[in-house]
Amino acid sequence: MTLPLIIYRSLRQHALSTLVTAGGIALACGLLMTVWVVKTQSQTTFTQTTSGFDAVVGARGSKLQLVLNAIFHLEASPGNVSAPDFEQVRRMPMVKTAIPIAVGDNLRGYRIVGTIPALFETVEYAPGRKFAVQAGGKLFALDGREAVAGSFAAERLGLKVGDRFNPFHGLAFDAQNKHDDEFVVTGILEPTNTPADRVIWIPLRGVQMMAGHDPKAANDISAILVQLRSQAAGPMLDLMFNKQGNRLTFAWPVAAIIAELFGKIAWFDQVLALVAYLVALVAAGSVLASIYNSMNARRRDLAILRALGARRRTIFGAVVAEAACIGALGSAVGFGIYFGLLTGVASVIRAQTGVVLDTAAGHPVLWICPLAMIALCALGGVVPAFKAYRTPVAETLAPVS
Amino acid sequence: MLAVVDLKKSFLTPDGDRAEIVNVAAFSLAAGEHLALRGESGSGKTTFLNLMAGILAADSGRVTIDGVEMTALSEPARDRLRADKLGYIFQTFNLLQGYTVLENVLLGMSFGPRGADRDHARQTLQRVGLGHRLDHFPGQLSTGQQQRVAVARALANRPRLVLADEPTGNLDRKHAREALALIREVCSEVGAAMLLVSHDEEVLAQFERRQDFAALNTPAALASGGAGSGRAQP
Repeated sequence: MTLPLIIYRSLRQHALSTLVTAGGIALACGLLMTVWVVKTQSQTTFTQTTSGFDAVVGARGSKLQLVLNAIFHLEASPGNVSAPDFEQVRRMPMVKTAIPIAVGDNLRGYRIVGTIPALFETVEYAPGRKFAVQAGGKLFALDGREAVAGSFAAERLGLKVGDRFNPFHGLAFDAQNKHDDEFVVTGILEPTNTPADRVIWIPLRGVQMMAGHDPKAANDISAILVQLRSQAAGPMLDLMFNKQGNRLTFAWPVAAIIAELFGKIAWFDQVLALVAYLVALVAAGSVLASIYNSMNARRRDLAILRALGARRRTIFGAVVAEAACIGALGSAVGFGIYFGLLTGVASVIRAQTGVVLDTAAGHPVLWICPLAMIALCALGGVVPAFKAYRTPVAETLAPVS
Repeated sequence: MLAVVDLKKSFLTPDGDRAEIVNVAAFSLAAGEHLALRGESGSGKTTFLNLMAGILAADSGRVTIDGVEMTALSEPARDRLRADKLGYIFQTFNLLQGYTVLENVLLGMSFGPRGADRDHARQTLQRVGLGHRLDHFPGQLSTGQQQRVAVARALANRPRLVLADEPTGNLDRKHAREALALIREVCSEVGAAMLLVSHDEEVLAQFERRQDFAALNTPAALASGGAGSGRAQP
């Protein structure tokens, strides 16, 4: 009871500095945990987001651009793939499935992608999971002016079955570039937590034949989403398209290409981590300064405790434990900051990419960081604790007569 | 209960001189005995009490409390002995201002052998007439009430020896008489010996056994230079 009482009363007596210091620790802890979890979660989730495909075939260019364009619906297409090239890929014995996609239009910023119904009927976007249309809707007809909206896009655009819309030319929304063609929404997809949720899907011919598009490219597509019959086919097709050929790019394997992206932006993680480390150090320093500065005011209390029989090590332990408690309090509040930040970041990532981070997933940093902060704060408490340890009792309590 | 032999304590003055403050050849107190030491301010009586309590380490000599030689003990062992066997009532009470009345008494007990016994702490506070003020802070009490808390804290651990340093110095005559009577009464109840130091003749007059600290303490004259610890006290 003694130690907790001494710590509790001391924290209460210096409530303002305790709260300010704990606030700094909470911020440091929250930031550190958020940076780590977002980094690992996004890397894991993005590299797992292949939408069920092993590779993407597209025009000659960057593999990363191709994957971002065809799987994540983020980048511009590096160029077109001709109909004969698509046919060649589709007929390859090593290719199990080849789904063409065509991009180039949007609906108020949400990308419109032309494809074939087989994407929704045969492809598992995740193991054991196929696309499904919400009750009351149906897939678009192959040659109809119909559309199926991804769940997130439908929610944000307020689309429902039976709604009509005119696409806008280009990947970025420009109200001036409205197409004359009108499409009717026939269905809304069930949420998949993949980039497909942010897309308005229309028949491939719908994009190819859109009024205003180049008639010479009426049979071209933007990319081919490929499922291989075996992983052994990957290196062979890589050799064929990328090393021996000069017209198409074979982006394989999708996960490794996305991992490369994270490798390229690793410096950003490091900068964020460095900032968080610095904040943590400053927070620990503030614990030291806060308790150290309060020592003069507390000398008499400490001397009284010593006069009552408290040992030096008890006083030392009380001050170190108090610093650790400030660290624990800060870490506890840090979890609130962490959940707030993570939820915010996850919703931004979902809005921008359609990828949903698992905010409830555990990570070692969620216990390592609070424990490290508590240890760091306890360490920061050692200097003032030593000062408390050396408090001269008789001198501090004098004059008593 | 208490035996002092050739006890000496000196301090280094700001001028670098060494000043002997305490030099007591022999002093003793029997178990349960109450003794008042008469001494003027600055005569070294507080230093003497601090040496008894083990708060200060003696330069030489022996202090034996309840058969244990305090002066031969390490600092942690002195702390333990103080918590186990002593109760100390300060002139300025030295209550912990951020703690409630009950917590002040509990803390006084918690370093001792019996630990913080909440029921006993309550009973002791009731005994000194503060049963209704348990959750008050010292700043919310009158001076007399604060004195009672200090008495309760010193006696709650059932000490063998109570040291009281001008315990009524901050009280008016009426309250001083009451406080002293209470201290002696409670000391008698728990069977504690009591050593009180004061310069107040009215206080001293209430004790059957009195002694002049000036006759007991014969410090040497100032000596020049020399190493030592601590500082001279007024």
